[in-house]
Amino acid sequence: MIGNAGPKRRYAIRLAILMAVYLIVLFAAVTTFRSHSVSGPAAFVLALAPALPVIGVFWAVMRLMVELDDEYLRMLMVRQTLFATGLTLGCATAWGFLEQFELVIHVEAFYWAVLWFFGLGAGTVFNRLTVGTGVCVP
Amino acid sequence: MNNRLKVLRAERDWNQADLAEALGISRQSINAIETGRYDPSLPLAFKIAALFAMSIEEIFNPGDAGTG
Repeated sequence: MIGNAGPKRRYAIRLAILMAVYLIVLFAAVTTFRSHSVSGPAAFVLALAPALPVIGVFWAVMRLMVELDDEYLRMLMVRQTLFATGLTLGCATAWGFLEQFELVIHVEAFYWAVLWFFGLGAGTVFNRLTVGTGVCVP
Repeated sequence: MNNRLKVLRAERDWNQADLAEALGISRQSINAIETGRYDPSLPLAFKIAALFAMSIEEIFNPGDAGTG
């Protein structure tokens, strides 16, 4: 794709690295906690470690948005991310109240990040329905 | 916003990919502009006008959007 191959390639490389780091760090954290060989401040650092590459994926998505040369594709991506963000915040807010009144089970907070990534995919469908183009970005 | 992009392109016997390459943008962008689903930014409108050696007003007109 003209003018966008570079940004998309960089995004794919960043994503691959971040996912590899995530898997390694997650495995290390789970293994270490299961062996009860960490405590105190080190436990906090280790527990937070798997979050960092996931946060890195958010950064990679935003970088792609900045680096895309094609203004139309960038507009589609902005719509996608806004859709994902709205979906996630809306669901998290609704679920929070349902949980507060003990009508639903507790959901671990990191699942909202998973929902956001799902929202990016659903944002493609949203774009197709609203502007007639469902080009998947990224 | 209405535009004559499709006509101007056809007059030169270019397909959407040709025009996209000449402008350095995606074919999806050309398609969206031609079908009125997306209005280009001012810099892109100038780029399109320069490519066809015309003024922006000769290619784009506000249509209903400019009457309000």
